Amino acid sequence: MSAPVFIAGIGTISAIGKNVAESMDAFRNGKAGMEAMRYLDSVHKNQLPVAEVKCSNEELAALAGLPAHISRTALLSAIAAKEALKDAAIDQLSSLKVGFISANTVGGMDKTENFFRSFLADNKKGKLKNVVHHECGSITELVADKLGVKHFISTISTACSSSANAIFFGARMIKQQMLDVAIAGGADALTKFTLNGFNTLMILDSEYCRPFDESRKGLNLGEGAAYVVLVSERIAKQLAKKPYCTLSGYCNANDAYHQTASSPDGIGSFLAMEGAMKMAGLQPSDIDYINLHGTGTQNNDIAEGTAIKRLFAPVYPKMSSTKSFTGHTLGASGSIEAVFSAMSIQQGIIYPNLRFQNQMKELPFTPQTTYIDNITVKHVLSNSFGFGGNCSSLLFSKI
Amino acid sequence: MFIRSTGVISAQHSFGNVPFLENPVEYNTNRLTCIEPDYKDIIDPKMIRRMSRIIRMGVAAAIGCLREGNTDVPDAIVTGTAYGCLQDTDVFLSKMVEQNEELLTPTAFIQSTHNTIGAQIGLMLKSNRYNNAFVHRGFSFESAMLDGMLLLMENAAGNVLVGAIDELTDHSFAILERFGLYKKNPVTNTALYSTNTRGSIAGEGSAFFLLAKEHTAGDYAKLDGMHTFYKPASIVESEEQVKLFLESHSIDINDIDLIITGRNGDTTHDAVYNQLNRGIFNGITTAGYKHLCGEYPTAVSFALWLAANCIKQNVIPSSLHSTSNTGKDIKRVLVYNHYQDIHHSLLLLSAC
Repeated sequence: MSAPVFIAGIGTISAIGKNVAESMDAFRNGKAGMEAMRYLDSVHKNQLPVAEVKCSNEELAALAGLPAHISRTALLSAIAAKEALKDAAIDQLSSLKVGFISANTVGGMDKTENFFRSFLADNKKGKLKNVVHHECGSITELVADKLGVKHFISTISTACSSSANAIFFGARMIKQQMLDVAIAGGADALTKFTLNGFNTLMILDSEYCRPFDESRKGLNLGEGAAYVVLVSERIAKQLAKKPYCTLSGYCNANDAYHQTASSPDGIGSFLAMEGAMKMAGLQPSDIDYINLHGTGTQNNDIAEGTAIKRLFAPVYPKMSSTKSFTGHTLGASGSIEAVFSAMSIQQGIIYPNLRFQNQMKELPFTPQTTYIDNITVKHVLSNSFGFGGNCSSLLFSKI
Repeated sequence: MFIRSTGVISAQHSFGNVPFLENPVEYNTNRLTCIEPDYKDIIDPKMIRRMSRIIRMGVAAAIGCLREGNTDVPDAIVTGTAYGCLQDTDVFLSKMVEQNEELLTPTAFIQSTHNTIGAQIGLMLKSNRYNNAFVHRGFSFESAMLDGMLLLMENAAGNVLVGAIDELTDHSFAILERFGLYKKNPVTNTALYSTNTRGSIAGEGSAFFLLAKEHTAGDYAKLDGMHTFYKPASIVESEEQVKLFLESHSIDINDIDLIITGRNGDTTHDAVYNQLNRGIFNGITTAGYKHLCGEYPTAVSFALWLAANCIKQNVIPSSLHSTSNTGKDIKRVLVYNHYQDIHHSLLLLSAC
């Protein structure tokens, strides 16, 4: 068994709050983040509810300390990364090998889609400042430069599992002593590109999503960002504050079934969960809570549920999809849910799965529907599955 | 770790069983385009029709690489791309704008995600194993390589398929040209380094490598190490990074038989190579490569293919226009590349 990697700091922004504390309040009060579209300018405004961060770009820019004209994804990313780094409160950061590993799915698409209107009419037109940060990696660099991280930077994009992969890539670099500290996670702002893309796939619910419910009709898109600050054991020992938990296991597997649909038996999800537990040396009965991928689509929930049934039957841990609060934040979802998992362990919280009414007929279990706190949560499994069959599970354990 | 096999589609004849750059293709343009193989021998024709150009190039190079390495299914697949599937993105985005978000179809959107190529390879091989995709501009390929190298170091894999893919489309070329990345007028690619003007020539390519933990007869080369550095403050810092990298591998610069640099014909970008040639690289045989494949964020993958071939075949092809060609054995090659003076990388290879 290799040396553990610790989570020393967390930060997040999503439709349910601009930071970790606000997000926890939302869970306690059962307040979901979906509403009618306010900030994204789309013709689907009145048909499709979304989980937007309740701030204009100008308000986000003030929080991020970055200009308001850059991609909303970079603004969200900077806000969450700064919170995580401040929370970790690592002394003498500049003397350490620090990496910033971020994830997103469409880079600066929110700006590119505006650029394209003028550009398509005339290839000499369109303001270049709206396309200069189109690349996914460019978003990462805007934030890395703001944070002053230079030693190592990278960007991962594996659709909806992107930031889960970013987190454990950071952990692996720490284990190989290539980094002392990794700020790892991801960000995605809502864009017309993704909204319309998911809409053509007919997997967006026109009502609020109902993950793992027999009546589920699809997902609600969300936006946000989250980062964890991962540190080696050596750094963890020097910190004034006790770390939240360890990242005790992780696994990346592929469903190899279809570019966008999950296999009926959820083989990718099964292998990812099984691999993460194996790495941590844990049995299914050791898991106290599963933060589900739980998008609320017909296809995901049956595949994920079937994989859980195969792995955990006959005794199931508590589980819920926090996407019933945040919507599906795509490239950011893995890290947002990693932050919630870390809080679940540290505070002894199980989050409710909102709007659940009817058990899925194929599954012998139901998600947790009420908020629970003051219990002991030792091990949390967090699932992130994406297009391209990319399935990743992270396992967090109490120190 | 070792480079067991390669599969490369570029603006040169590089794919399949062809002589190593013996018949270089000359261009007089500021935009090089890949020479695509006949895909029928590599991909099921029914699948080819559904794939956009970059997916075809990516999947074909990957399959070619695996075939050469006599490997059906690698233990992991890791890809790197700066821009992703531009054509599919462009199709969906253009229709969305033109049709004002109405009556759209999902195909282009589905194939626009940055992990599409790795996913398609996994799907074709029916592989449930590790699959990852990096999208960090001029570090995309290096990040994928690092992931592959980590998997081998962790004993999580015995071999890893690592690749880089970037395509040029008419739209991306038009936009990047407006940013001043390319020469204003067509140039003869073989004279790229003597133009004494700003800008380079645009390129694209798909390059896959099978990295293996253990040595097998027929391997191209041993991969000794890789190092990246971001936005160096000065040429002095870059030179320092090169020295530290060599020191960390206990190598003297005189132990290097060939240095492949990423010069691209842009006077500003080439300044660092010029200064290093007068300094630490002085007296060592050097060669450029971007006259062959053009400039693009993952072009360094083409340089790795070149370096591996120079070692395996013990030759510096004349088309590389190296500073000298003494005919001495090519046992050790250093690649030093930067993209836009932001993403700098070093790769060190040696004979097995």
